Amino acid sequence: MKTPEPIQIIKQRRDAALHALVSGVPYIKFLDITFDRRGDELTGVLHYDPKLIGNPMLPALHGGVTAAFLEVTAIVTLSWALIWDDLESGRIDGEALTPETLPRLPKTIDFSVDYLRAGLPRDAYARARVNRSGRRYSSVHVEAWQDNRDRLFAQGTGHFLMPPRGE
Amino acid sequence: MTDTPDPDTARARAAHQFIQALPHCRALSMTVQDVGAGEATVAMPWSAQIVGDPRTGVVHGGAVSALMDTTGGAAVLSHPTAPVSTATMDLRIDYMRAATPHQTITARAVCHHVTRSVAFVRAEAFDEETDKGPVAVANGAFTLDRGTRT
Repeated sequence: MKTPEPIQIIKQRRDAALHALVSGVPYIKFLDITFDRRGDELTGVLHYDPKLIGNPMLPALHGGVTAAFLEVTAIVTLSWALIWDDLESGRIDGEALTPETLPRLPKTIDFSVDYLRAGLPRDAYARARVNRSGRRYSSVHVEAWQDNRDRLFAQGTGHFLMPPRGE
Repeated sequence: MTDTPDPDTARARAAHQFIQALPHCRALSMTVQDVGAGEATVAMPWSAQIVGDPRTGVVHGGAVSALMDTTGGAAVLSHPTAPVSTATMDLRIDYMRAATPHQTITARAVCHHVTRSVAFVRAEAFDEETDKGPVAVANGAFTLDRGTRT
């Protein structure tokens, strides 16, 4: 019988791959978005900073920041789902993965944001669900909240062009 | 307000103030290029920190969203019915092509219809190669706050 992989090795491989996916993108760093991982589930975390404010009178997060946070979470979640199988089967070596050696990522075709309430000057969280992942196109829905998971402050849906397979 | 300032100057001043007062717009170095009645043009220079794909230097779609949202809000505030504040309700962006790296992206928004409490906005964003068509187009609905209810 095959010995199961030690848990640290599995975590290391998955976290290294996630790091490669996220750390190479300057704009994700600029907004200070990080990702929490539980198994294959990702939660985007937008760390609050005064430069994210749109309306200083309220104050509220800039609508563009909210849109960008949703879009980043959608595209990272979709990319993560795309590499997950290859990562788990060993076709991709997670530990050796760098932003330079990543497979090609999906591109946004369109993105639609629904602003439900003002974004407060504090951390925000987002989770995306891949509703359809086809060979060429996919559709992703994403929800964002702050203090209370049931009180979304924004949600979005986007369509993405998938990278060509089997190069 | 006690005096009645020249509408064009008042509008331009309001738009400049609007952008300058927004920390995130300052962080992205956005500048107002032009303001008309329910229209605004805002530019955002290329910078390394807004890149989405480091292998090509192409700007992230999210930064284009921020520019579209700002320009839309500026167009609403410059509408002749003089709303005092606005917030985005809904914004849809279509990404037509990758913006050419190292080029300024300029968005122009038009507030094409206004009701008592809602403004409908269309916007287009171009890089410096305008003959290639827009980088992205957007449609949005914004809230309108007129300050006083009549």
